[in-house]
Amino acid sequence: MADSPSRVERPLSPHLQIYKPLFTMMMSIVHRITGVGLYFGMVIFVWWLLAAAGSPDGFATFSSVAGSFIGYIVLFGLTWALLHHAIGGIRHFIWDMIHGFGPQERELLAKATLAGSVVLTLVVWAIGLALKA
Amino acid sequence: MSNPTHAPMRTPLGRVRGLGSARSGTEHFFVQRLTALANLILTVAFIIIVISLAGASYAETRAMLGNPFVAVIILLTLLSVSIHMRIGMQVVIEDYVHAEGLKVLLIIANTFFTTAIALAGAFAVLKISLGG
Repeated sequence: MADSPSRVERPLSPHLQIYKPLFTMMMSIVHRITGVGLYFGMVIFVWWLLAAAGSPDGFATFSSVAGSFIGYIVLFGLTWALLHHAIGGIRHFIWDMIHGFGPQERELLAKATLAGSVVLTLVVWAIGLALKA
Repeated sequence: MSNPTHAPMRTPLGRVRGLGSARSGTEHFFVQRLTALANLILTVAFIIIVISLAGASYAETRAMLGNPFVAVIILLTLLSVSIHMRIGMQVVIEDYVHAEGLKVLLIIANTFFTTAIALAGAFAVLKISLGG
């Protein structure tokens, strides 16, 4: 602290509202939103674990909430968020290896992330519902 | 800078070895990628476990979670995910919350929340596994 300069008013870089929304930019924002969604979604996962560790009554409560219409919508959304964030993470690994920064490449990666997450979500749910039936 | 007679005695190398003014250097950057890789592997196993338990009964769920292999996968997931979500949320807080006091409070709350998530989940898995 002794050698740090005192706080100076520095110019701020232009923020979101300055730019025209671009697809890659929206995907970057979605990566952050899905991360935040999953953060709070972990409460449902831990509730499931605690319910299984507790009484049959508590587990029945969890099952009825998770199996309800709203429960399905939330779980479907979380599945997509998880897969989107995971594939988005692979995209970040590609960037970390200093690849995929070209104009076409980054558009392609962004599209692949979105398409991949949607397709995989549908596949996961198709398998899950088939196993449940 | 403002006081030339009182020049810093620490060299740039010394500051870096002390991990800079944030006292953590590139640790968050590296750990976020390390846990991301772990999460990627664990998520595949996690999705398979959850899918196979879709609509499962209390007894079926406990039998599956009590399997040592499944229990270890879930414990590893809780460890890796809780570290990853703590760092991720801290970045979000630091980006959007500029009031110093609120920012510090939220970062503390973030640590409490992610620790509670990890510990509660791990306790549940261990309780089922070790026969509770």
